[in-house]
Amino acid sequence: MLTSKTFLKKNKRGNVLKIVREHYLRDDLSCGSELCDECDSKEAILEKVPTSNSKQYTVPHYLLLDTNIILQQIDALEEPTLCNIVVIQTILQEVKHRSSSVYKRLKDLITNPNRKFYVFVNEHHHETYVERNPGESINDRNDRALRRVATWYEEHLSSHVRVILLTEDVRNRDLATGEGLLSCSIASYISQLTNGEPLLDKLSKIDAAVETSVKDSLYPLHATPTEIHAGIKSKTFLQGSFQASRENFLEGQVNCEGYDKPILVQGRDGLNRAIDGDTVAVRLLPEDQWSAPLELVLEDEGNMEDDEGGEEGKELMKKKSVPVAERRPTGQIVGIIKRKWRQYCGILQANPMAGSSRHLFVPAERKIPKIRVETRQIATLSTQRIVVAIDSWPRHSRYPQGHFVRALGPIGDKDTENEVLLLEHDVPHSKFSDLVLSYLPQMPWTITDEEVSRRSDLRHLDVCSVDPPGCTDIDDALHCRPLDNGNLEVGVHIADVSHFIKPGTPLDDEAALRATTVYLVDKRIDMVPGLLSGNLCSLRGNEERLAFSVIWELTEDARIVDAKFCKSVIRSRAALTYEQAQLIIDDPSQQTSIATSLRGLNRLAKILKKRRMDNGALVLASPEIRFHMDSETHEPLEVVAKKMRETNSMVEEFMLLANITVAEKIFHEFPDNAMLRRHPVPPPANFEPLQHAAKRQGFELNVSTGKDLATSLDLAVKPDNPYFNTMLRIIATRCMLQAVYFSSGMVQQSDFHHYGLAAPIYTHFTSPIRRYADIIVHRLLAACIGADATYPALLDKKASTALCYNLNYRNRQAQYAGRASVALHTHLFFRSRVQDEDGYVLYVRKNALQVLIPKYGLEGTLFLRCDSPGVSWTYNEKEQCQSCGNVVFHSFDPVTVQLSLDRSNVQHEKLVLKLVRPVIDGYSVPSVGNNTQDDDVDMVGEKNEAEAGGTEKEQGDCDQPETKKRKKKNKKNK
Amino acid sequence: MDLLTEYGGGLRNDGRRGHELRKIRCRLGVFSQSDGSAYIEQGNTKVLAAVYGPRPVRNKQIKVHGSVLINFQYSMAVFSTGERKTRPRGDRKTSEISLQLRQAVSAAIMTEVHPRSQIDIFVEVLQADGGNFCACVNAATLALIDAGIPMREYVVACSASLAGDTPLVDISHLEETLGGPNLTVAALPLSGKVAVMELSQKLHLDHLPRVLDCALKGCADIHAILDTAIKQHLIKVAGARGLGKKFHLGQQTQNKLKNDKEEEEEEDDEMSKKDVEMITL
Ligand SMILES: [Zn+2]
Repeated sequence: MLTSKTFLKKNKRGNVLKIVREHYLRDDLSCGSELCDECDSKEAILEKVPTSNSKQYTVPHYLLLDTNIILQQIDALEEPTLCNIVVIQTILQEVKHRSSSVYKRLKDLITNPNRKFYVFVNEHHHETYVERNPGESINDRNDRALRRVATWYEEHLSSHVRVILLTEDVRNRDLATGEGLLSCSIASYISQLTNGEPLLDKLSKIDAAVETSVKDSLYPLHATPTEIHAGIKSKTFLQGSFQASRENFLEGQVNCEGYDKPILVQGRDGLNRAIDGDTVAVRLLPEDQWSAPLELVLEDEGNMEDDEGGEEGKELMKKKSVPVAERRPTGQIVGIIKRKWRQYCGILQANPMAGSSRHLFVPAERKIPKIRVETRQIATLSTQRIVVAIDSWPRHSRYPQGHFVRALGPIGDKDTENEVLLLEHDVPHSKFSDLVLSYLPQMPWTITDEEVSRRSDLRHLDVCSVDPPGCTDIDDALHCRPLDNGNLEVGVHIADVSHFIKPGTPLDDEAALRATTVYLVDKRIDMVPGLLSGNLCSLRGNEERLAFSVIWELTEDARIVDAKFCKSVIRSRAALTYEQAQLIIDDPSQQTSIATSLRGLNRLAKILKKRRMDNGALVLASPEIRFHMDSETHEPLEVVAKKMRETNSMVEEFMLLANITVAEKIFHEFPDNAMLRRHPVPPPANFEPLQHAAKRQGFELNVSTGKDLATSLDLAVKPDNPYFNTMLRIIATRCMLQAVYFSSGMVQQSDFHHYGLAAPIYTHFTSPIRRYADIIVHRLLAACIGADATYPALLDKKASTALCYNLNYRNRQAQYAGRASVALHTHLFFRSRVQDEDGYVLYVRKNALQVLIPKYGLEGTLFLRCDSPGVSWTYNEKEQCQSCGNVVFHSFDPVTVQLSLDRSNVQHEKLVLKLVRPVIDGYSVPSVGNNTQDDDVDMVGEKNEAEAGGTEKEQGDCDQPETKKRKKKNKKNK
Repeated sequence: MDLLTEYGGGLRNDGRRGHELRKIRCRLGVFSQSDGSAYIEQGNTKVLAAVYGPRPVRNKQIKVHGSVLINFQYSMAVFSTGERKTRPRGDRKTSEISLQLRQAVSAAIMTEVHPRSQIDIFVEVLQADGGNFCACVNAATLALIDAGIPMREYVVACSASLAGDTPLVDISHLEETLGGPNLTVAALPLSGKVAVMELSQKLHLDHLPRVLDCALKGCADIHAILDTAIKQHLIKVAGARGLGKKFHLGQQTQNKLKNDKEEEEEEDDEMSKKDVEMITL
């Protein structure tokens, strides 16, 4: 039975539309209580007699939460203390609208059967629906809806179980009490709990005190949303995202849309409580007050008690006269439009006043200010890495206020540091939840005959896979066989992950969120549970597996005659490593079908590669290294550069071919919704540093097209410096833009181009085990060939754009996390070492040399200090060189440096470079020799040990040009 | 926004469950000039239909032998959507819909009864909120019956979609825009024949039977509602002509119909009043 009700809704879509939607009210919705026998008992979640731990409310009760409680206190709610909670639909929608991350965490709580959270569908319940009164604000209406639900529950359960309304809104509380309901704030509720002690630390400290008197205020008042809105409209304010400076805690910039230069903000008043990433409103200062970034490293040395202090701030505000030429647009932040707070990792700085429970938290990310936290566990926490969330930043407080969320482990411990690294790069890495795991196939799993009948049976083909050693997630396998007409049949078989991951399931949602498997040096964070990635999907040798196959008919000179796509069943004959495959190819005595197949593939791959290079594909370089780990302590033993074999490029070529073929197919079938990948042409200005560097070495680089660049890079070879060409390529790589996923309906077809691969269209199809984009592409392709159904989100432009955004974001973060992991292990490696290494000058800077050490793929900064007598550096900007006496440094010059680790700062260990050769008296240091440790590093390059965790396989997809290395060494002048 | 919300065991955005139709209200004989007319509301989709004929073929050039010429004209009112815009009559989209509508009613009209004559059917969408085609077919059926044109049985249309594994019936405009395959079926529910079937998107064959069943079930439900409404209309008409006693409806049915009538009159003043359910679930 249903009752209908029509209501009006106005939506803005360019012009104001009046949208009328129906809204049906029902009488079959359950209250979710086991106590009730009127409602559907299947949905009953809330306990019949909930135990009450409260000293204040001794009667059994359920809790009803207001939006503000959920948004602010999600950390406390995640503690398993509070149970039997009713969340109403209105609130759930509001939370979803306000914060998607909190919403997700709330959903996790709701699905957890132990926590007994019940979602009551009040908006469609005929007795609890309330209509908005004329003139009533949405908030007031929602508050009223909440109270209506509370009243309804009290009546419905005849007060056998009471309902307590938890809200931070005083007015709502008063109104509730007036209506005879029980209501209190969460803090007062928890303080009355017998088991509430651990929760108190986790409570978010929202300073309820209204803005205190102007005298106490350290910061200017923020403009109200209305003022900001009006200000932006009238162009007196600009909107942009705030980016804090890493070096100077009282400086940052705001990148505004429609304003080409970033706006500089300085000082406490200028920053006005903005935190890195926030969307802010900024007011431009008159031109005569413009300033320049301070060339100073300012670290916030403040501690708890000197709220009034802040001398350095005042000094900073004393404007030095800045030369007009150096001045930059300067502004002042007047209001925060959207906070982008997250949880931060860091350490506690204990309060010098013993016994105090108020401490300062120092985040690992330098861009984030210190945070005040209150905890009684300082003794245990002071040696730990902890996570803290910001709650608020009142005007009178020098630092934002936050609360302790959890401890990660002892400082300096490798696992703890890994955890920090994952958290700071926003890599979802928790264990897969039971809900997600419940969507995995039951073991023992076999391929049913029915499944085989729906697929092409390719088990008779001699398929094999070629991967790095130790690889457990084998995505791809290949075969090649001659056809009767003299052509060759080549097949690329990709793990059929989309068979196991059905759209819309929690398993799918989790994979979509993770977006990619993250490879750290000693760890792999899987995108899909291990049962799939390491077993059922992995195309292991001599096991029957489901695959998605692309099968071409190629002529002898690798021209495509025909391409077919099918879901298939295969049995890989062997899972080979690159090295094994190479040996088989090179050994003429091997005449097995695998060997001929591999040789055929290898021959075709060479033709394909040559053709690709002729088309202008770029060979880019980034220093790739791997660590050899001690199998017991898991400490890095040595570092070696990765080696490329012919077979690497063989696999790579066919993966590229498969990706391009699939991209064409899905774009043809779904011109508006195909998920593709493009690599934009970099703007010419990006190449300037590269061209200048090459020019000084006497090479003219033509960058007008990818092909020109490829050709001129090939020609730029210096016989006396074999590493010169590689360095040029490294610099070239940094000129590139990031390749991105996109939905074909959102971009002009002319912009589909993949610059690095010189392909007009490209996508990712070949690694569905470790990339979510590939799963989407699999689904699209399956729909193309009628093997699977489409679903709404797959064909929805908006949904796929949002998905692409997440994929691109996660990919970037995964890359950064991978590099941070390399940096971490480099640090661990150098903890017990001081070593001399050969390197090359990559860039010359005003006060430093950027040195590349090929052996470790490491880039470090060699600071040129003038502190010792007789040493003075002269920087020649035009020539881009540094000179001291008769020693001159240009880019690409060889140097020898001494590497060691500076561990003085526990949070930020850093690698220190000291000059060994060329010798400069008073500056360079004596050589330590190359044998501080017993192991001889040079020997190891030839050995082949198991690669730690199968890191970064399939370099072939090297369409991810490295963006600027984030391993920025700390620039500390003077 | 998804087709199914995550609460209440998967309610649709307007509070319906998958198999539930929107509220249907209808009235026959709304014009006096036409031979037959009807007005139908399916949720917020409102359609007016008028039927002229059978009458001699006007355009002598068209030769029709043995069967009746059906002329179906579909149009949308300027004010039928949120955005006001003039809609050209006879553009490609409209003529396509007209054609399909003609196909749907042709399946039900006993075309052989009136050779060398024509029937003109005009439908106007007054308010569009999804399922326009369906409402037009249903309105046309009512108007044809009102005009007394002999039909094999009612032709009834209903749409269906699929959210995950749940088939949804009677798709609203919001649900249409959210995506998902939209299957529109015009059927003859008693004999189970399908007159027109259209699918807006790719749908895997495995899912089709389920979605089709769902749409056909919707057709049957709508059929029952239309049937009740027609009987009620006839009682009213007959009653006015003093023929009421000739209808031998059970007492119960009569009471129910009476209730429906009363309620229909009241509901204009007070929308929120609970209605007696017309929809068989
Ligand atoms: Zn109940």
